[in-house]
Amino acid sequence: MSEEKVKVKVTHLTKKFGDLLVLDDISFNVREGEFLCIVGPTGCGKTTFLNSLTKLYDITAGEILVNGEPVDLKKHNIAYIFQEYSTFPWLKVEENIRYGLKLKKLPEDVIRERTDEVIRMVGLEEFRNYYPDQLSASMLQRVVIARAFAVKPELLIMDEPYGQLDISLRFKLEDELIRLWQETKTTVIFITHNIEEAVYLSERILVLTNKPTKIKKEIVNTLPRPRDVTAPDFVEIRNHVTDLIKWW
Amino acid sequence: MKHMNEKMEKTLYAVLAIASFFLAWELLTAFTPAGETTPGPVEVLRLLFTSFFEPIGKFTIYGHLYYSIRRVLVGYVVATVLGIIVGIAMGTSRYAEAIIKPLFELIRPIPPIAWIPLVILWFGVGELPKYTIIFIGSFTNVTLNAYTGAQRVDPQLIGCAKMLGTSDRDIFLRVILPSSLPQIFAGMQVALSTAWMAVLAAEMIGAQEGCGWIILRGSDTTNIPLVLVGMVVIGVVGLLLATIMRIAERRLCAWNRMDV
Repeated sequence: MSEEKVKVKVTHLTKKFGDLLVLDDISFNVREGEFLCIVGPTGCGKTTFLNSLTKLYDITAGEILVNGEPVDLKKHNIAYIFQEYSTFPWLKVEENIRYGLKLKKLPEDVIRERTDEVIRMVGLEEFRNYYPDQLSASMLQRVVIARAFAVKPELLIMDEPYGQLDISLRFKLEDELIRLWQETKTTVIFITHNIEEAVYLSERILVLTNKPTKIKKEIVNTLPRPRDVTAPDFVEIRNHVTDLIKWW
Repeated sequence: MKHMNEKMEKTLYAVLAIASFFLAWELLTAFTPAGETTPGPVEVLRLLFTSFFEPIGKFTIYGHLYYSIRRVLVGYVVATVLGIIVGIAMGTSRYAEAIIKPLFELIRPIPPIAWIPLVILWFGVGELPKYTIIFIGSFTNVTLNAYTGAQRVDPQLIGCAKMLGTSDRDIFLRVILPSSLPQIFAGMQVALSTAWMAVLAAEMIGAQEGCGWIILRGSDTTNIPLVLVGMVVIGVVGLLLATIMRIAERRLCAWNRMDV
């Protein structure tokens, strides 16, 4: 990985809650435009890892650099998609998507253009004036994804975004995400406990250990797209990752 | 269409309930010994009708209504604004909660009427003490509901808003306030009722006018029809204001209703 293409550089990241060591001296890089998946056993501290990465938690030790500078939400254009559907319930679909764009004080024509573009990309044209309460689970998550992509983030962080969806919706949204990522060249860090999902989406997988969390292994995933979950090389990587994280 | 039918059905039931109430009242006063002490609705409504043209004390019913509504609105609006600020401060800052909540819990159970002697000492017998009593009567409900609403704001929405670039200062206006709005409206509805309850206490303070004063005057002169006129007017105006409030809530919190 050449140094000039590094988007995120994490060095000796350590997080303690009181005496409890959760993240133990983690170091890794993410390339510009890369799709990185992070997998690990349930309760290994994946969300703590992301929250530390985005400064929602203060870190105990270490350094996180984005474009060579300490991560700063005011300076860096980072979008975060949570496990739960984090739409603002008092805003309509379109208003939810415009939210981040308005805060960035973009001109109205740019806001309109980008909003229309992402609404079309996630197929919610007919629902732009609906409130979140009126939408299904998959639509809600599509609103969140559209809102994240609308701000053209330099880094998109996703924390098990499809964990609560049924399998067919998950497949659909995973394909949608890959298409959006390929179109926008956004750098993506995607956390999941679903190994198949990680192999399907990623260019590289970081496998985490149980607490205190370290990086157990890094797996480069060069499978061609579109990927076939039944293909032997897909199954081979999936089994390899499963062997790395299984505790039974 | 279904929605329309449901609305008409509800209105019909409301009209039937009120009509039944008046009918039962009329029958009870006409055919039971209750009629010896309590006037029937026809007599009360006749007196109410007369009061539109003939003054009770200094004013016709319009004048009394004007004074009572003004007192209620001033006390209520100030209580609502302060209640929202104090409630949200308590719900979002542990320091504000630690300092204000014990004081608030201490003062909350004291009925507005108990404050009358002190309020007269502090503010005399003009309009200010009346506003103050109504303020006391409505402040706690708004505060408590705003406090609960602010406490229940999904922390994930705050995190999400921050990630999208919302400053700490703007989090209040863009996330906490809209998220707490349904709860705040619930508090405002209850507070509006308690403000009308407090009007009687408020108009005990040297008043010469107002719907509460009509009740007190009727009570002092054993004029029960007059007492009932005051009660009916407070009931009807309270109902109208509560309806206006519900319409405002439906518009401002449309997102909180499944049938939008």
